[in-house]
Amino acid sequence: MKDDVILKVENLSKQYRLGTVGTGTISHDLNRWWAKIRGKEDPYLRVGDANDRSSKASSEYVWALKDINFDVKRGEVLGIIGKNGAGKSTLLKILSKVTGPTTGSIKSKGRIASLLEVGTGFHPEMTGRENIFLNGAILGMTKKEIASKLDEIIDFSGCERYVDTPVKRYSSGMKVRLAFAVAAHLEPDILVVDEVLAVGDAEFQKKAIGKMQDISKGEGRTVLFVSHDMAAVKRLCNKCILLNNGKVSKIGSTSEIIDDYLFVDKPPVFIKTKDELFKMKKTDLYFKSVRVFDDKNKTKETYVCSENINIEVEIGVNSKVMNSSLFIMVMKNNESRIFSAEKLIEDDKYIYKLRIDKLFLTKGNYILDVYLHIPNTKRYDTLSSICSFDVIDDISPFIVHGGFNHGAVFGNYTWV
Amino acid sequence: MMKKNDWLFEITPKNSLLDLNLKEVWQYRDLLFLFVKRDVITVYKQTILGPLWYIIQPLFTSIIFTLVFNNIAEISTGTIPPFLFNLAGITAWSYFRDCLTNTSDTFKKNENIFGKVYFPRVIMPMSIVVSNLLKFGIQLIIFIFFYILYAFKGMEVQLSVDLLYLPFLIISMGMLGLGLGMIISSMVTKYRDLTFLVSFGVQLLMYLSAVMYPLEIVKVKMPKYAWIVEYNPMTTVIETFRNIILGTGSVSVMQILYLLATAVVVFLVGLVIFNKTEKTFIDTI
Repeated sequence: MKDDVILKVENLSKQYRLGTVGTGTISHDLNRWWAKIRGKEDPYLRVGDANDRSSKASSEYVWALKDINFDVKRGEVLGIIGKNGAGKSTLLKILSKVTGPTTGSIKSKGRIASLLEVGTGFHPEMTGRENIFLNGAILGMTKKEIASKLDEIIDFSGCERYVDTPVKRYSSGMKVRLAFAVAAHLEPDILVVDEVLAVGDAEFQKKAIGKMQDISKGEGRTVLFVSHDMAAVKRLCNKCILLNNGKVSKIGSTSEIIDDYLFVDKPPVFIKTKDELFKMKKTDLYFKSVRVFDDKNKTKETYVCSENINIEVEIGVNSKVMNSSLFIMVMKNNESRIFSAEKLIEDDKYIYKLRIDKLFLTKGNYILDVYLHIPNTKRYDTLSSICSFDVIDDISPFIVHGGFNHGAVFGNYTWV
Repeated sequence: MMKKNDWLFEITPKNSLLDLNLKEVWQYRDLLFLFVKRDVITVYKQTILGPLWYIIQPLFTSIIFTLVFNNIAEISTGTIPPFLFNLAGITAWSYFRDCLTNTSDTFKKNENIFGKVYFPRVIMPMSIVVSNLLKFGIQLIIFIFFYILYAFKGMEVQLSVDLLYLPFLIISMGMLGLGLGMIISSMVTKYRDLTFLVSFGVQLLMYLSAVMYPLEIVKVKMPKYAWIVEYNPMTTVIETFRNIILGTGSVSVMQILYLLATAVVVFLVGLVIFNKTEKTFIDTI
């Protein structure tokens, strides 16, 4: 039973056309058709770049997924992680048959049900009960199956009082609870879940994760789980796949992959190029490099809030300036200024290090502005919006709040 | 060792054209009825007149047609009162029209739900055809009401065994509308222009389908172009429908078989095209 492969993905690729579909569609279709008649390969299948959203594409077609191969064994809970645009959602869409692959195949030994978004097909004018039936049927249950589980579903959702009220009067949280309750009572062999847990209050999230654990452990069913929430992935999955630019970059144990994931992508390092340095020849003071790293001197993009974050700035001096200083500003989500640090430049000291203590920055994306200046008098060198890095929550008491914004910093306080 | 051939199903880029998976459609039959139920429950929510709209539309159209085509243009409808003649034509025509126009934007209208969950997409247009049947039924009752009214006023009642053909005729109408609707909806996913063509084209088609005039008149007045009207399957549908319920002429089995055959062909072509589109439409819409 252990080696029982239930799902096999082979050389799966998916190509998308960039830009607006419209102009040129007919001509491309005709070209395809002409190639097909002559027995040739689709002329547009050969072109296409790897899926990297930051670099400018050189052709109109892009591979959202390229040669994906993996197996899933029965009873496994597989996490699929990766940055935005790595191809996670595309993979899930193909798995749940919403769209077809361009090449390759997926073979399955069980029924797949997917929760790409809960509450699909809910009609606001219909009551909760009617929507349970409709939603259940959309997800592939028969009327009889739903009827036999109706009480369980209503009970799990905790919406018993409102079950005969039109869904448009529900709060958004209630809608999600009802929808998840329906989905959780599906009995597929393979369940595909995409970040549905990001909604709902803490109590419900706990219930939902518990239910998913039951499904995989208790009932021996297979779950594919996509999430950005590393805490949830860690709790649920025993194996993970890391996607990067449409390719599988690693498959392995959850902890190993999560560590890897946090290093993926552009590290928060800024180094001036030779040309840029050459331009600085006449400037008295200038930046050479800025980098952000952890306590093990490792530069990475994502930090957990239980570790210190270090910033190191290297400067170049053409001529010494009295009273000049280094100024570092930390900004969150590219808008709010969290705090700044100022340091007088010392003679013959070219490297400055700043440590941001752990449990200070809350989860979010941060970016730096750095200046070399004499305050209110002269600006020598400015670097703005450099060294973007993320902080994620791991141990704080606020982790149960999910996506709730609980403030810009953790705060320096004591309960007395 | 695992065996190689025991996969339950496979997801691959392209299946053969005829892989219609009708078994799967059958498994989802409950969904079809739930969609019908949803349409029925929700269609006239928050309107004042509610289901009365089902009645108002054909009645007023019939009145206008009677005024324009029979009173002004003086088209003769034989022994049948013009109003009843038009009401019969419009009742049949509007079922076909509703099936066609409501299914022709299936993919666009349901983009949201189709983009999230898989179920045999063909359930959606099928449910539309079934829920339109309800509307058709109500309109048929209205027609019968007026028929009885006219009968009391002295119209000669001619009912025959041809009435038994009615169900087959209705099935043909539904399948024609559904088939054409599926073809159009598949093409709309790529070429949006068709959306504009549909509402306009259906309007034009009505004038070529003998809805407000008998086929005979075209044959007499425009013998050169009568074939356009005559070979239009919808003309046959409308004429047959009138013949059956107004007793204006006899209906042959051949006629019904011809209609059914046409409808089945259109429906199958539509199904194949629809089936081919449903796999990747979400990328192009």
